[in-house]
Amino acid sequence: MKKTHIIALLVIAAAIAIIVSTAGDASSYVSFDRAYQMASSGNRSNIHVVGELKKDPSGKITGIEEGADRLSFSFILIDDAQREQTVYYNEPMPPDFTRSEKIVVVGSFEGDRFVAGKILLKCPSKYQETKLNAGV
Amino acid sequence: MLHYFVGNLGHFFVITSFVSGLIASFAYWRATVLPELTLKHSWTFNGRVSFVIHAAAVVGVIATLFTIIYKHYFEYHYAYSHSSRHLPGQYMISCFWEGQEGSFLLWMFWHAVIGMFLIFSRQSWEAPVMTIFSLVQSFLASMILGVVIPVLELKIGSSPFVLLRDALNDPIFTLQPEFVPRDGNGLNPLLQNYWMVIHPPTLFLGFALTLVPFSFAMSGLWLRKYSEWIRPALPWTLLGGSVLGLGILMGGYWAYETLSFGGYWNWDPVENAVYVPWIVLIASLHALLIARSNPTALKLSVVLVLSVFLLILYSTFLTRSGILGDASVHSFTDLGLSGQLLIYLLFFTGAAAVLTIKRWKEMPSSEKDVGAYSREFWVFLGAATLCLMGFQVLVPTSIPVYNKLLESFGLSSNLAPPANQLEFYSRVQLWFGVVIAILSGTGQYFWWLKMDRTKLKQELLGPVLVSLVLLAVLIATTRLTQPAYMVLALAGLYVIIANGKLLYRTLKANPGLSGGGIAHVGMGLMLIGLLYSSGYSRVVSLNNTGLLYNREMGTEFNRDNLLLFVNEPRTMGGYEIEFLGERLEPRHKPGFIKRNEVEPTGDPFKVVAKKNIEYKGKPLFAERDTFEIFPENTFYEIELRKNGKAVATLFPRVQLNPGMGGILASPDIRRNLDRDLYTHVSAPMNREAEPEWSDLQEIRVHPNEKFFVNDYVAHLDEVERITELPGVRLTDDDVAVKIIVRIEAERDTYTLEPAFLIRNRVDVGRIPDESGELGVRLTLLNIRPDENEFVLGLQTRQKDWVIIKAMEKPFINILWLGTGLLTVGFLVAMTRRFREESGDASSPQSA
Repeated sequence: MKKTHIIALLVIAAAIAIIVSTAGDASSYVSFDRAYQMASSGNRSNIHVVGELKKDPSGKITGIEEGADRLSFSFILIDDAQREQTVYYNEPMPPDFTRSEKIVVVGSFEGDRFVAGKILLKCPSKYQETKLNAGV
Repeated sequence: MLHYFVGNLGHFFVITSFVSGLIASFAYWRATVLPELTLKHSWTFNGRVSFVIHAAAVVGVIATLFTIIYKHYFEYHYAYSHSSRHLPGQYMISCFWEGQEGSFLLWMFWHAVIGMFLIFSRQSWEAPVMTIFSLVQSFLASMILGVVIPVLELKIGSSPFVLLRDALNDPIFTLQPEFVPRDGNGLNPLLQNYWMVIHPPTLFLGFALTLVPFSFAMSGLWLRKYSEWIRPALPWTLLGGSVLGLGILMGGYWAYETLSFGGYWNWDPVENAVYVPWIVLIASLHALLIARSNPTALKLSVVLVLSVFLLILYSTFLTRSGILGDASVHSFTDLGLSGQLLIYLLFFTGAAAVLTIKRWKEMPSSEKDVGAYSREFWVFLGAATLCLMGFQVLVPTSIPVYNKLLESFGLSSNLAPPANQLEFYSRVQLWFGVVIAILSGTGQYFWWLKMDRTKLKQELLGPVLVSLVLLAVLIATTRLTQPAYMVLALAGLYVIIANGKLLYRTLKANPGLSGGGIAHVGMGLMLIGLLYSSGYSRVVSLNNTGLLYNREMGTEFNRDNLLLFVNEPRTMGGYEIEFLGERLEPRHKPGFIKRNEVEPTGDPFKVVAKKNIEYKGKPLFAERDTFEIFPENTFYEIELRKNGKAVATLFPRVQLNPGMGGILASPDIRRNLDRDLYTHVSAPMNREAEPEWSDLQEIRVHPNEKFFVNDYVAHLDEVERITELPGVRLTDDDVAVKIIVRIEAERDTYTLEPAFLIRNRVDVGRIPDESGELGVRLTLLNIRPDENEFVLGLQTRQKDWVIIKAMEKPFINILWLGTGLLTVGFLVAMTRRFREESGDASSPQSA
């Protein structure tokens, strides 16, 4: 066998290894219920949950609690299956947090608490606006 | 009056550019396939004329669009949504490419420029190369065409010349069709940065340059000139590699300076989308270098060169189709172009694949095996490693694409990108980096010298020993502890020393050949710089106030951010740190001014100086001067001291732009030779929420008497009868008095001027005055003239505060130095290859 062929085979093997390891490390979008099951069955991997902040009937966001000295906070997220869950986040509240339409939390359950390691905010983008606002 | 003409003219230019691009492609195609020489010449001439018209039309589109932005024609959607009257001139350029249409235009512009070079360098590949080149251009032009095909109701492209009333469905336009908003929405503050003026043009020039080797490779396959295309394509690949690399790094540098995610690289899908093509471009470059003289690498070169451009198209698709929506923080939203982008991607992928497969068997290759002591072997290994390196990033980045694909087959998939991207990629890319370093350190010897076993030992022993010694020095002097990082450091040192040794010889013998050596040394430096600045990035704003922030969450938490109150020093990372207050930025003068030194006017862009304002001892404004500021920007003055001496003053910034729906914090970076101290605001105080004041406490004071407010010494200096009060009309029957209270704080003297008003002899009005920096509010409750006594109401609250995070980035300058060397190396090599090529008459016709 030629060396180029050996190199080619090695490359293919490495490529397969990469795909397999990516599949193993890939996270998933799940509901809080599923995340809870996963955590209680000993699966400690971080997952993504998509949801919205809890609002009272008048549309005001409720359930946000800032920690002492504002260096951490918790909030109530309602996932797509309508389950409410308090999420703890160990960073100061992002300034545009309450303005976001949709929130993706990446993290896992620790006991009954969902602890987020990362929060992705989907803010209303100016590209989606259909009404005039400024300077009218 | 709406300015219809300029928009119509622009649209006319767009259509012209699209049509002339197609004609150019057709003419060049005829010129390529027709056998007869006179016809060839006349079709080539037609092609040239069409392409020149095309290029002129592209410039025309840009000029008209820029006019619309520059003249503030807000009746156009593009100007309205990307610009505003207050935008500084230089950022109007960034407005241009904030929108997708403008960035397509930028890309087209570079293609047009490069196309002119290809035409006027009179090289013999003109006709076939320009056929492909012009075709790509027409596809790009179709992206901004904005034409609706009547019967099919099919919209092709999104025009930047759409009127606001056609873009927005606002009722005002039915009432007033000629309505023009007074001001635009403004430019995203993220993009108001000089790097955003130069990063996109550089990146898109890099994108555009990858089309040249692609066109050459396609032409080579098409005309069966399998090896002749390599030489003319090589210098363009080198130029593309350097420009694209520089563009990516500028993006990283912009992120480092502007965003506060704490670094220059975050493995965000948008970043990955350009990283992968660049890595493959570097692989293709190495394959081309071999293919110049050895047909073994021909097939590999073809595949890699074609892949680079296709990956650029794929990355365009990823970032602009909206498919990354949930996965990335900064991709464009869909403009309704995703279908068109997909067609574009599939068309060129299909064309390249079909042509390659058809010609595969015909392509020459070598029957001889490559020996382990040949340069080919080492370069192959390097190219293969680079491809795998790109592949490892490409596979997970495409996860949203798999989900979409499965969805379109009716299946559902909940696959998400790896939860910790930084760790996921860095962990693997690190080892690829090690392999690349070893290969390029060793491979260079096989490249330049005839090697065998004894020679290899003799040459490499020195570099290996020196690297080991230097590693020992690094371990002894820096915090290099993890084994994986030690290996990477060793590999980085090895690549520098091994290449440096050869570079020394080449520089003495023939500096023109030193490009490769310089670039490889640059890469080694980059590895070391990356290792330290990212691997040993250290949070220095550790919490040391002794408070346990959240009992339930354990001690691991809440250690990375530091809460600072005005004028209350803390210690942090060996510094004493103190927040001195919020600052504003005057528009036309350098420096910062204190918020309490000015008072607002009705116009948010203008303020009035309360007293003479100085900055660093130089007078800026006189009392009662009205001047312009940037109202979105607040700076937080933070002083760092060592042993009581001020060593640095930092001004991290927070930008508020409600029109953009965002609040943005940008770091301030204290640069030292060996490390950067990177500080950003992680949470500013909310100015809109009313702070909680304590209950009112009454104090009685006499003029010129000392008293205490919130632990500060205060004096009642003066009592003044006042004739005007802001916001209140005073008549002759009214009596208004204010007292001037001087408060001595740690660094500054503050004056508060609460006022007292008696209306029509009966009604009493009290106008308190407050200072957030002191956390004090004073109300003048009553005046007792008989006792010469004033009754003051004192309320206190928490002083103004800010939460910051600070990080140390060691050896980051080595990374920038390495990048510089890498670019220089590319340019030296490119100069050499362009010279070689211009002295060489390889052509499809004559060869």
